[in-house]
Amino acid sequence: MSRPKPTSFQSLILTLHNYWSEHGCVILQPHDVEVGAGTLHPATVLRALGPKPWNAAYVQPSRRPGDGRYGENPNRLQHYYQYQVILKPNPPNMQDLYLGSLEAIGLDLRIHDIRFVEDDWENPTVGAWGLGWEVWCDGMEVSQYTYFQQVGGLDVSPVAGELTYGLERLAMYVFGVDNVYDLPFNDSGVSYGDVFLENERQQSEANFHGFDVAVLKQQFEQMEEQVPLMLARSYQGKALVLPAYDMVLKASHLFNLMNARGAIAVAERASYIGRIRDLCKMCASEWVKQQEAA
Amino acid sequence: MPQLLLELFSEEIPARMQANAARDLERMAREHLAAAGFLPEALKTFAGPRRLTLVVEGLPIAQADRKEELKGPRVGAPPQAMEGFLRKAGLTQDQLVERDGVWMAFIEKTGRATPEIIAEMVEAIVRGFAWPKSMTWGSGKLRWVRPLKRILCVFDREIVPLTIDGIASGDISEGHRFMGDAQPFRVRDFDAYAKGLNDHFVVLDVEERKARILEGCKTLCFARNLELVEDLGLLEEVAGLAEWPTPVLGDMDPSFLDLPAEAIRTSMRTHQKYFAVRDPATGGLAPHFITIANIAAADGGKVIAAGNAKVLSARLSDARFFWDEDRKAGNFEEWLEKLNGVTFHAKLGTMAQRVKRIEALAREIAPLVGADPDKAAQAARLAKADLASLMVGEFPELQGLMGGYYAREAGLDDDIADAIRDHYKPQGPADAVPTAPLSVAVALADKLDTLVGFFEIDEKPTGSKDPYALRRAALGVIRTVLANDVRASVVSDLLFPWHQARISTAMDQLQEELFANLDKVGAAASLHDDLRSMARRNSRDYSSVFRLMGEVELDPSATENDEDIAIAIGGFVSRQSTVLWQSSVVLSRDLLAFFVDRLKVTLKDQGKRHDLVDAVFALGDDDLVRIVARVEALDGFLKTDDGKTLMAGYKRAGNILKAEEKKGWKAEGERSLLDDASVPEVALHDALRLLEAPLDQALAAEDFTAAMQELAGLRGPVDAFLDGVFVNSEVAAERDSRLKTLAAVRDAMGRVADFGLVAG
Repeated sequence: MSRPKPTSFQSLILTLHNYWSEHGCVILQPHDVEVGAGTLHPATVLRALGPKPWNAAYVQPSRRPGDGRYGENPNRLQHYYQYQVILKPNPPNMQDLYLGSLEAIGLDLRIHDIRFVEDDWENPTVGAWGLGWEVWCDGMEVSQYTYFQQVGGLDVSPVAGELTYGLERLAMYVFGVDNVYDLPFNDSGVSYGDVFLENERQQSEANFHGFDVAVLKQQFEQMEEQVPLMLARSYQGKALVLPAYDMVLKASHLFNLMNARGAIAVAERASYIGRIRDLCKMCASEWVKQQEAA
Repeated sequence: MPQLLLELFSEEIPARMQANAARDLERMAREHLAAAGFLPEALKTFAGPRRLTLVVEGLPIAQADRKEELKGPRVGAPPQAMEGFLRKAGLTQDQLVERDGVWMAFIEKTGRATPEIIAEMVEAIVRGFAWPKSMTWGSGKLRWVRPLKRILCVFDREIVPLTIDGIASGDISEGHRFMGDAQPFRVRDFDAYAKGLNDHFVVLDVEERKARILEGCKTLCFARNLELVEDLGLLEEVAGLAEWPTPVLGDMDPSFLDLPAEAIRTSMRTHQKYFAVRDPATGGLAPHFITIANIAAADGGKVIAAGNAKVLSARLSDARFFWDEDRKAGNFEEWLEKLNGVTFHAKLGTMAQRVKRIEALAREIAPLVGADPDKAAQAARLAKADLASLMVGEFPELQGLMGGYYAREAGLDDDIADAIRDHYKPQGPADAVPTAPLSVAVALADKLDTLVGFFEIDEKPTGSKDPYALRRAALGVIRTVLANDVRASVVSDLLFPWHQARISTAMDQLQEELFANLDKVGAAASLHDDLRSMARRNSRDYSSVFRLMGEVELDPSATENDEDIAIAIGGFVSRQSTVLWQSSVVLSRDLLAFFVDRLKVTLKDQGKRHDLVDAVFALGDDDLVRIVARVEALDGFLKTDDGKTLMAGYKRAGNILKAEEKKGWKAEGERSLLDDASVPEVALHDALRLLEAPLDQALAAEDFTAAMQELAGLRGPVDAFLDGVFVNSEVAAERDSRLKTLAAVRDAMGRVADFGLVAG
């Protein structure tokens, strides 16, 4: 299955798509709600729960409002891409499959130093944790590899294995580029900066100064109110858990925006995270109920 | 004799858990084998990134047959007893034998085959292994630290059949992921296993991996005329991250060398797990690093070196950013402000409040250690500021150290910068104690605040739990006090100022609340002013301020109501302060006992007898330097003949006195010799009299060795007295005089130590 090595950001994504498609994954498109990490896509958070097998791969834009640097930092972005793979139950050869994907994108495992370094992942806003590693290539973290143990406060059984590749960082390493904006986006001369530099500038300004904190807070509270109401509605006997979960994601993003504005005191942080987690747990248990009934 | 080889092969085991895992595996195997009645010739375990291995040499192929004797009921015992026994033993009565009036059962147990026992043992070990964190995977229920892939279990060259949660045992192992043919291989004994691993690029023994890393690093250094900065903790960690550890030297942009060396090393170590290297000519860091790869790369490590160099460069660019930002003028004040928002402990307030206490304490301690109180207070005020700096935010282990750098950059005096840098010292038994007076003052204040604070909120260490490292803090105080010959009473010089500062802060708060309440009830402004000015005048003695507040003469225009308020306030506040002082006394006593306890441990580590600390501490002294001097003199004295004999005499005298005191005798009035006193009585009487002045002198000079030598002079007279004088004479006056003489011996000796508490 020898394929030409990727030479641009988009061909790297296509290579991963092809690779995981060949290994039985559903290739999805990004979820259309702003999220802080690819994990939050319902294809991971919700599908990790319940008894049904599920194998999927997708790119997810991740928004980290606080990381915006107006396009001036060569390594930091408030909007970047994660490549996400979820395999449930995790196959016994998942590590080998993962290493195969690195080879597919052009890493020669005989000359690079690949290491699995302990890193226990947790995401308190969705009540999730798992054990695994950060994967190092020549001292650089190129992926996060996790066996999900709990999501939304519920045990993940069977266990789902999750892979997250930081696409920009991986591409910079594979292509030997020092500044993210210099990455070749395609093979026809378009750079990552051509596509995203202006977006970073405007969004950074909006994140740090543009959004009205009072409005954000109001919207957060509205979403918070709406989640249980949405869950109380049902269609064909099923509570509207998918729309409800979208609202949780919106609340989570609003929280990130408020945080970037410095509008959340240290003491308040934990309480906000707890509120989002509670909403997420409601959705998770409803989802599991529906999966088990099906 | 046959050998057992067990390998539990899994995905990557966290480095920090491997050493314990090897120990646990060994412990569990020993326990199981011993319980089965085995006594193997040798047992060894190994742990590495992907495997735990156990090898046991010299096991028999089966357990020995065993005969068991069971004692049954007595002959003629009630039938129920017999029935119960037979049921338990699974026998009938005709199988029992009568012996000495008791029914006995003799049961022969055939030994089981060893593989059966091994299979049970492996299952028990795998299911019962205590990983700090474990997980399930796939659709299985088994828990292991990461997915368990394979169980190699061979006994006497045969596979021991067993299956755990779908994983069947076998004789297959595998080597390095990428090097060699990366194919699994079969083995039936340990030699083949060790060779197979080596051929497949895995070093099994962690000690060998460490040796390989060190040797590789040193060879790289030698080739470039560099020196390795050795780091045992890091060595341990990287030895758990690589099966075929291969040091690779990379380059660092020399322009980063203007960063503090500690910042470079910490960045290398915590983020990247690199070793630093020195230039032997200058002793400073050289612009290179060594990473421990898990592969002898086909290109000799060129790509690995370049990749790692790039990552390090990004890391050090961050560190440079922190360093540049942190050194900007005015940062210290901003950081101090930020400490208001940092909680030290929910019950002990913010870091800013802690700094205030340390500042007050350092000012009081300064004169005791020859430091300037104002400078000590200034150093203490700034000591924690770096906690709010970017660099310490990223690398908490650089706290103190960065503060020292930044203080120097801000133009503060060197001794202040040093005190900020060194105030966490000593951080462990191996760490040096501070010696510069300012550093000593701040270091003591820092640790004392921790100790008193956590004792006050009842977070004392219990058993093996000491989450706030209070034992270390107490030991730090003791070592610092002893090393610097700090002459201080623990209670009144070191602990009292803390309570004073705390109570004055508490009273401040109380005052504020009271004024706020006065506002609420609409008290006259003049009452406020009076109270306020009194508080200001006597700002250090709140209990009397508030007592006065109760008696304050009020403005004639003030209402009755205001007067009542003032009196009530005064009484309330002074009661509050009394309660606080009372609790501080209890606390100080507990803490002193804690210090004495730690002192005993310290002295024990130095080979001294800890009962001697009790004997000395019983005198009521709380000057650590003096306590230790007394203990050392006492220790020396008790090793001499004079000391041993006098000690024996003391015991005899003590026993006689104790017996008489029980009967109600008490030393009343002056000790005097009767006219017809015997020679030994006169001799001891004179010896005691002659002892007084030189003993006074020696004790005043705190020359405890000399004091002991003076006491040694009593040895002959005491012995002669005890051997030649009948103390319990029927003549009451004689008896009283003799007992008084013995009591005088006890008193004289008691000025040096309570010999009654010396053991043995």
